Amino acid sequence: MTVATVPNRSRWARLPVVHQLRQSVGLQRGMLVAGLIITAIFLLTAAFAPWVAPYGFSQLRDADGLFGSAQPPSAQHLLGTTVGGFDVLSRTIWGAQTAFLVIVFALVFSMFIGILLGLVSGYFGGWLDRVLVVVCDAIYAFPSLLLAIVLSIAISGGQSGLWAGITAAAGSITVVFIPQYFRVIRAETVRIKSEAYVESAKVLGASTGRIMFRHIFRNATRTLPLILTLNASEAILTLAGLGFLGFGIEPTQAAEWGYDLNKSIADVSSGVWWTAVPPGIAIVFVVLGITLVGESLNDLADPRLRGRRRAAKGAGLVAETSVVPGGTLTAGPGGVDGLESGETFGDQGIEVKS
Amino acid sequence: MTTTTAPAPAASGNTPKARRTGGGLGRYLLIRALLIIPTVFILVSLVFFLMRLTGDPITAALGGRLSADQLAERIHEAGYDRPLLIQYLEYLGNVFTGNFGTTISDRKPVTEILVTYGAATLELAFYALLVAFVVGIPLGMLAAYVRDRWGDAALRVFAILCYATPVFFAGLLTKLVFSVWLGWLPISGRASTRAQLQMQRLDDPTGIYTIDAIRTGNPDVLADVLLHAVMPALVLGLLTAGVFLRLVRTNVIGTLSTDYVESGRSRGVREYRLVTKHAYRPALIPIITVIGLQIALLLGGAVLTETTFEWRGLGFMLSQYLQARDFVAVQGIVALLAVIVALTNFLVDVIAAIIDPRVRY
Amino acid sequence: MSAVVDIRNLSVSFATDHGPVKAVHDFSLEVRSGEVLAIVGESGSGKTVTAKSILGLLPGNATAAGAVLLSNKAGTSSSDVVSLSKQQLREVRGTDVAMVFQEPSTALNPVYPIGWQIIEGIRAHRKISKQEARAKAIDILGRVGIPDPEERVDHYPHQFSGGQKQRIVIAMALALDPGLIVADEPTTALDVTVQAEILDLLRRCRDEFGMAIVLITHNMGVVADLADRVAVMYQGELVEQADVTTLFASPQADYTKKLLGSVPFVGHGTARAIERADARPAGWAEQTPVVSAQDLTIQYPGRFGRPGFVAVRGVSFDIRPGEVLGLVGESGSGKSTIGRAIAGLTPVTGGSLSVLGTEMLGVKERDFRPLRKRIGFVFQDPASSFNPLLTIAQCVAEPLVVHGIAADAQDARAHVDELLEAVQLPRAYGDRYPHELSGGQRQRASLARALALRPELLIADEPTSALDVSVQARVLDLFAELQAELGFASLFISHDLAVVDLLSDRIGVLFRGELVEEGTGAEVLGAPKEAYTKRLLGSLPVPDPVEQARRRAALAELRKTE
Repeated sequence: MTVATVPNRSRWARLPVVHQLRQSVGLQRGMLVAGLIITAIFLLTAAFAPWVAPYGFSQLRDADGLFGSAQPPSAQHLLGTTVGGFDVLSRTIWGAQTAFLVIVFALVFSMFIGILLGLVSGYFGGWLDRVLVVVCDAIYAFPSLLLAIVLSIAISGGQSGLWAGITAAAGSITVVFIPQYFRVIRAETVRIKSEAYVESAKVLGASTGRIMFRHIFRNATRTLPLILTLNASEAILTLAGLGFLGFGIEPTQAAEWGYDLNKSIADVSSGVWWTAVPPGIAIVFVVLGITLVGESLNDLADPRLRGRRRAAKGAGLVAETSVVPGGTLTAGPGGVDGLESGETFGDQGIEVKS
Repeated sequence: MTTTTAPAPAASGNTPKARRTGGGLGRYLLIRALLIIPTVFILVSLVFFLMRLTGDPITAALGGRLSADQLAERIHEAGYDRPLLIQYLEYLGNVFTGNFGTTISDRKPVTEILVTYGAATLELAFYALLVAFVVGIPLGMLAAYVRDRWGDAALRVFAILCYATPVFFAGLLTKLVFSVWLGWLPISGRASTRAQLQMQRLDDPTGIYTIDAIRTGNPDVLADVLLHAVMPALVLGLLTAGVFLRLVRTNVIGTLSTDYVESGRSRGVREYRLVTKHAYRPALIPIITVIGLQIALLLGGAVLTETTFEWRGLGFMLSQYLQARDFVAVQGIVALLAVIVALTNFLVDVIAAIIDPRVRY
Repeated sequence: MSAVVDIRNLSVSFATDHGPVKAVHDFSLEVRSGEVLAIVGESGSGKTVTAKSILGLLPGNATAAGAVLLSNKAGTSSSDVVSLSKQQLREVRGTDVAMVFQEPSTALNPVYPIGWQIIEGIRAHRKISKQEARAKAIDILGRVGIPDPEERVDHYPHQFSGGQKQRIVIAMALALDPGLIVADEPTTALDVTVQAEILDLLRRCRDEFGMAIVLITHNMGVVADLADRVAVMYQGELVEQADVTTLFASPQADYTKKLLGSVPFVGHGTARAIERADARPAGWAEQTPVVSAQDLTIQYPGRFGRPGFVAVRGVSFDIRPGEVLGLVGESGSGKSTIGRAIAGLTPVTGGSLSVLGTEMLGVKERDFRPLRKRIGFVFQDPASSFNPLLTIAQCVAEPLVVHGIAADAQDARAHVDELLEAVQLPRAYGDRYPHELSGGQRQRASLARALALRPELLIADEPTSALDVSVQARVLDLFAELQAELGFASLFISHDLAVVDLLSDRIGVLFRGELVEEGTGAEVLGAPKEAYTKRLLGSLPVPDPVEQARRRAALAELRKTE
């Protein structure tokens, strides 16, 4: 009855993330907000890297001459310099840009291909479906990092300029993620296919294209913001892993966290910590932020995991003064029928159906 | 990290109904075992063609170091000038008979690399899984038990941090703190040279250092080996533990809202028992299936962990060959790992099927 | 008689996304020992919340005020459930009060043997050895009618049928001999023939074990069959309580009257059907049937080359223009499969099925598509029959757009408004999203969509089974009105004999995929020939306690002869 009487919520409130933010409570809201803030910092850093970073990512000298190799943190270089003579802080900031570009490319491509394959495979079934499922399951079960390595060799032969490096990294992450989107969209499609509203469209004689795009597509892709965030964090980790294994982007072309970490292994043994810690912290920070958002979205999407407001102390007294809009005792807008909804308590786990 | 609640395991015959009507466990296992073949086939083929996209491996590895004539001769010798399809069929035949090729840089058969270095990876994986189970599962249950309270939030952030920290960064940090600054633990490797020498004196060493060290009967050697394993096992184990924690929490909370838990509650069963028995056991089946998929995460992590700690296992060798651009070795090791992944996933599904009474009877 | 539970001024409210919602308001009720008290009401009336608060099983977002004084069976001690600590609550649950759940298949833990689950409950309260507890479990299983309890105590839940599972759930509730059992819709998930057996068992719980039972139900037939006293709830409040004969004979509250008036009664539709049959023009029966099935067989494909499940075998029937054929049967009888086959959703695998002159055996979708505009379909579940992302108007316009009568939903709006009015929904509802409508409203919109193209044939697959009884009555009335006005032929599928009887010209009874009996309502319900039909009819509790007592005796007689 509440649902029926609440006026149509604005489009703004229906947007993913915004909707969930309003829905969340307590600790869950705290986690979501923290995640959103971290993600926002990451995005802003990526966008404004040229203005935020004190030096360029491949800058070795300024007016005062060379930066010097492996200099400890100082006023000129807040986080010191690397063995190669780059400014650590600047490279860490520029690294956000590289990470962002790779995420965007990888996710756009893998989403597009994965969703299309998933829809077609799930809707039509048959041998194509079976083959795709076996192929995707095989790829899915395989260590994504190894696959990314192989792909990166295939795409760039292991060589790496900025765009070649980004394409190689993005391309390999794309292929690794396609099975994930495929699996999710296919499972959703198979489920939605047997929903009454799709069967109803079939009975009406709607064409296959209309059923797939008007009825299934939009409903099957509702969980995407969630997978998107989880994959974004995985993309960063895969990119860093690739960089760490020497498939990163040359330092003169772009700054990349994994590559910088790779270069700093040797430094650690001699006690030089400032080359390893900043890019590492950057990775942890960004992945943490994005994963927090993803996990919170996941929890909010699942009624079993959703945190609930605890009713205020002082028992039912609160409710007595502020009942449902429209009042419990008066009829809703549809007369008595306005109150007949079985859904009122549905998501509270009580009185589901009787 | 990609799947929260468990996906339907494997592709076929998995609804309980289908299993029951289908002659039960035996038939399910047979079909599941047959599925290994296409899985391995697909991965091996994928790896083969991808590696050949950029040209022949000899040029990649030795180009620039040999003259054009010498290169051509080596290419001809190895048969890389024949049509790709023929090479592919030959490769499949070889893989089928257990021959994964010979490395270019040091001319060793890939299977020999497995024999020499596989034990090290196995040992690392064992310790890491131990850490993951011991840390991940009880903490996951604890988080489910105290859900939506501060303890839960803290545990979840801990889980995300475990996952969000790249293993090589965690490795670098622990090395910095425990070896360089505090000096408590050895910085890298699997054992000190002295211990290694003692173990090599054994007849027929297993290559699994823990076992070999016990066989030397020298407690110092054992202590040395175990101290070397602490950091790599923790680093790799915590990565997986983060995923396990999250998985156990989600699935246990999911089952906690079922009618049968409510039914237990209505009979006066203790809340602790509801979590540990009623909710955990049914949640275990999907958990095990997803854990099977985490083998992939563990192996990928092992490559990075071994590289960071110079733990001379398969992953370490893989990154060495990558640096050397020896793609035959890379292809061989990756194909081999594909077989291992397919086999472990099969085993995990078998375990899940055996635990589920709906399949057993 | 002493009170087992005394509920005083109970109020329960829930914190929701839309602010606090009051589920139960100032509710007082007493349950005496050894009586069956039925709490009836429609969804949202607060009856389940009331029941759960007796066990202190309210979810975390609920707050309760007032008192629920629970006594033990002997009546020697009593405690207020609302104010008990967690530990004290745990001690009371199972010993003083136990619960029987609606869905037996989910109330048992699938990974533990049933014996283990019963023993666990016993040992949570009594310090006895495993052997003793096991012996007790076997004993109790035998008493609720599980055959071979010594052996079956070690079986897992999936090895039992639905009815047996509910017996096991009841056994668990009986295990510690509590004074009170709270049964929340204990038979709703069961077929009507199994329901009769479970109701008998619950009656034995009262008579032989001396338990009081709080029976939560929406089914007035069940109330008439089992209850001694009835409390009627509406919107969280108690509107009336009386002993069962008084309540049915002379209800006092308006709501009770309305509720009782909405309950369909077997036999009420027969007169109407005869009236309509008389009004048919001569030669009507000779017309070509809209649907004609001969020896229809439908088999679902099996996995890996195994033979699949045969859902329908050798069924023959005709539906003539303007005629309503009602199909009844229990779950798994194949009734929905037949409806889906006529709509071209499930392929026919044998025999012949002719729909509007087209043979459905081996039909191609391309050939069938033009016929689709002459067929309407109303689905069972109003919650899922609309695309949640489209407005009601867009959904109802869908058939018009698909068949090129309107260019888009905007273009069809005038027509849609008319349709909505025809099903008695305000025009403005067209702009709402499906989740903003109640179940009954959605089902009416569903009817509007199905009738948008003025079909000659309407298939209604359990259109009211998810609705409350008063809402069901309105939807059924609407259906009858529209059918009379538009004159479409219809296949009306339901598990409820009374509902089918209300609307149908002829009734077919399905049992395990076979059509066991077919004829007019008067023939099938008035003088059933087949044993199954008799049992089905006898198992259906009627909302009249006096009549029901008589029927129960007759059913017992029937069972004996079988």
